[in-house]
Amino acid sequence: MTFIAKPKIAHPSLPKNGLGFTRRDYEGALSTLCAGCGHDSITAAIVEASWELSIEPQNLVKLSGIGCSSKTTAYFVSGGHGFNSVHGRMPSIAMGANAANRQLKYIGVSGDGDTLSIGLGQFCHAIRRNLNMLYIIENNGVYGLTKGQFSASADVGTKAKKGETNFQPPIDPVLLAMTLGASFVARSFSGDKSQLVPLIQAGLNHNGFALIDVLSPCVTFNDHEGSTKSYAYTREHYEPAVHADFVPLEREITANYGPGEALPVVMHDGSRIVLRKCEDGYDPTNRSAAQVYMQERMKEGEYLTGLLFVEPSQNEFHTLNATPDEPLNSIPYEKLSPGSKGLQKILTRYR
Amino acid sequence: MSPSTAARINDFVIKIATVNGTGSASANALLMKSIFRSGIPVMGKNYFPSNIQGLPTWYEIRVTKDGHVARSGRVDIMVAMNAETYARDVKEVAPGGYLVYDSTWPRPALLKREDVTVIGVPLARLCNENFNGVRTRILMKNICFAGVLAALLDLDVERIRELLAETYAKKPQLVDSNMKAIQLGYDYTRQNFTCPLPMHVQKMDATAGHIMIDGNTAAALGCIYAGATVAAWYPITPSTSLMDAYKAFCDRLRVDPETGRKNFAFIQAEDELAAIGMVIGAAWNGTRAFTATSGPGISLMNEFLGLAYYAEVPAVVFDIQRVGPSTGMPTRTQQCDIMECAYASHGDTRHVCLYPANPEECFYMAAQAFDLTERLQTPVMVLSDIDIGMNDWMCRDLKWDDSYRPDRGKMLGKEEILKLEKFYRYLDKDGDGIGYRTLPGVHPKAAYFTRGSGHTQYGTYTEDSVEYQIVLDRLMKKWETAKKLVPRAIIDATAGSDIGIVSIGSCDGAINEAMDVLKGLGVGVDYMRVRAFPFSEDVERFLNAHKLLFVVEQNRDAQFKSLLTLETSVEKSKLRSLLSYDGLPISSTFIVEGVLAQVRPTPKLQAGMAQPKDAAHG
Repeated sequence: MTFIAKPKIAHPSLPKNGLGFTRRDYEGALSTLCAGCGHDSITAAIVEASWELSIEPQNLVKLSGIGCSSKTTAYFVSGGHGFNSVHGRMPSIAMGANAANRQLKYIGVSGDGDTLSIGLGQFCHAIRRNLNMLYIIENNGVYGLTKGQFSASADVGTKAKKGETNFQPPIDPVLLAMTLGASFVARSFSGDKSQLVPLIQAGLNHNGFALIDVLSPCVTFNDHEGSTKSYAYTREHYEPAVHADFVPLEREITANYGPGEALPVVMHDGSRIVLRKCEDGYDPTNRSAAQVYMQERMKEGEYLTGLLFVEPSQNEFHTLNATPDEPLNSIPYEKLSPGSKGLQKILTRYR
Repeated sequence: MSPSTAARINDFVIKIATVNGTGSASANALLMKSIFRSGIPVMGKNYFPSNIQGLPTWYEIRVTKDGHVARSGRVDIMVAMNAETYARDVKEVAPGGYLVYDSTWPRPALLKREDVTVIGVPLARLCNENFNGVRTRILMKNICFAGVLAALLDLDVERIRELLAETYAKKPQLVDSNMKAIQLGYDYTRQNFTCPLPMHVQKMDATAGHIMIDGNTAAALGCIYAGATVAAWYPITPSTSLMDAYKAFCDRLRVDPETGRKNFAFIQAEDELAAIGMVIGAAWNGTRAFTATSGPGISLMNEFLGLAYYAEVPAVVFDIQRVGPSTGMPTRTQQCDIMECAYASHGDTRHVCLYPANPEECFYMAAQAFDLTERLQTPVMVLSDIDIGMNDWMCRDLKWDDSYRPDRGKMLGKEEILKLEKFYRYLDKDGDGIGYRTLPGVHPKAAYFTRGSGHTQYGTYTEDSVEYQIVLDRLMKKWETAKKLVPRAIIDATAGSDIGIVSIGSCDGAINEAMDVLKGLGVGVDYMRVRAFPFSEDVERFLNAHKLLFVVEQNRDAQFKSLLTLETSVEKSKLRSLLSYDGLPISSTFIVEGVLAQVRPTPKLQAGMAQPKDAAHG
């Protein structure tokens, strides 16, 4: 963990966002994770993305389950409410919270154990409901807090720190999400902030379930020779397929993309994601083709990264439920109760 | 208590034995409702299988001029429509009673009981001659017996027609065909038997100001009136009808007529774990949210209930108890989750529980549960059961006070937050053990971190012994506050006896009737019906004031008695359990017998009563 706390008072020269906040205003409590943990880089990327987006801190709701990754919701945006729930059950808390107030932004941080083992069911059903949230998996292939057991994302042939080899095939959250009909599927690497920050921004603005699976090496239990989720191995095998830039509504597109290179995808609120293909033949808007391509590259041992699939989604939970635009938690009681007169009418059926 | 064959007006029990999935439910409802509409108090109990079609099912209708709401434990008229269960059905009829059966296939051997009058009506033949199609004939046969009973009991046929017209308002052709079947049975019976029987109905005026409603519907209505907007659940018998009712009320009452937008979210979860998670998430974020389940669902919800207890998040859970252990008998009734709910989850956890006794209380307690859960910032469980939840009970009209406004408890808004130097979630400012909460989206100053791991009173993570214990002890202080807020016990000490009955929930009707019978026999007893956990101080007082206490409940292990001994200072040796756990709603006879077995050395009881069960337990 980091032992040096930063001073609370920000230097006046620090850059400010549209709300007049500095990056410091989007930080949280001191991380207690191991020095060099990939998760801390993701936390930093969330801070950066939130600051750049000028999110009102109180409008960001942070949710997590149990595990190293789930602790991190305490380490960013302390001005937003956080809920560190129980192992693998964060999606249901998110569902309830989102049902109560559709106007806030929900970010869930989970790990590969939390999502792919104990929480696999809730993860799948959150996708199925197209719950409007950004769901980040901090994926390192091991259980950290219980000291190095394989997780369900461990690759065949990968070696544990104590030498044991994994022979069970991994569950890949990206492919799983694709088959379940997820409308925003991305993969990234904790060591690639320039890729991760725009992905987080796009995910937070996606109108529906946005998944980012972030390879995030565990320096203590899974960063050794023989591991397929170490820093060294990931650097060697990760391959950006699509680069995404997020362009908020209020900002004009200034970047110059040549024709044929850039593909702007308009989000529900009018903001845009501009995709740039890094590989020939990859189409991040064609679900089946993208899936086939990903699987082929996976066979070759490559982690394809970037915004791998996107489909601006209309049918998130509230659209299907026809809930009003105002949050359910703010509807006045008078509108909810039929009153004593209404009761008399209701009771006629039971006479 | 003798089963006389002399004229018995408005005081007898009809039991109808059929096969499920054959349409008999509508005939049963028709019969009961027509009696109710004639101003006569009536009770209906449905004993149905966990099955869609083809298994035995029974419906018991008690016509009760005195307004009893429980089973008496006897059957005067058996309508035996299911060949598979003839033998046991015949056996169950009280001496001097009647047996109605389908004589299309005469069964002289099976029906030999000299103390029972057999009434054979060729229902199948009548229907085969008058209706076409196999399915129609079966359905009509099961309506036809309602006509037989109408003749035998002198029911008002016009009332029946009126009810059919209401039921099939959208399919008027069904009114005619059903009425035809009823008429067939009615006419045949009047032509071939002396009608009415000595036991029959006579118009009264005792149901004004009353309704017939089941507890699940009443509880759902309570949720509507409480202003609950998020409902998440996983289908499980017998709680599903509560959610169905809530949804139906919402579709009628909560959809904006202009925009079609819905002021509610109804979420079918992937399992009970997710259902309670959604409720906790929604309540944490400021809506009134609830789920309904049964014992197996509570087992699954344990982990989350512990989180909600420790992180102090409101949640309302309806547990419609059914027979356990494990899958048990999903459509039969028990009060077998008392212990499970009281201490659900690992670690030092305890939960506020409410114990409604009938649908009327389901309505009021449902609304109250939301006020309590927000005031106390802890889950509140409402323990109903199949008997209350799925049977139609005669209840007083439900009333609503228009001045009611939800008690949101200690919740700080933006203005209040801005006045504070700093906000601390778990600080006990008022000395009642309850902190202040805030909702997401209010202000950065209002933000806090909710966690199930060790935390300080300031809301930060801790593994410090002292800090941990401060929070845990404060939760106990909150528990003391809860004792003052939960519904009081209902105490009837008019007998002034040193013998008392203590019970909860759906035993109430049978106990009230049993007390009348006992009084008639010279045994006066006091009665306390506990309505909530934690126990309020009046519970302790009643226990201490009586020398002998019968604890009546519907489970094998005397769970309620255990809870009393754990949570009060009552002397264990004073408590005697009367335990009914066969899956049928407890009867008054069972209680009378249980008390007399110990209070009188040689009780003279009639034959045919239920055998004493575990009268000396504990």
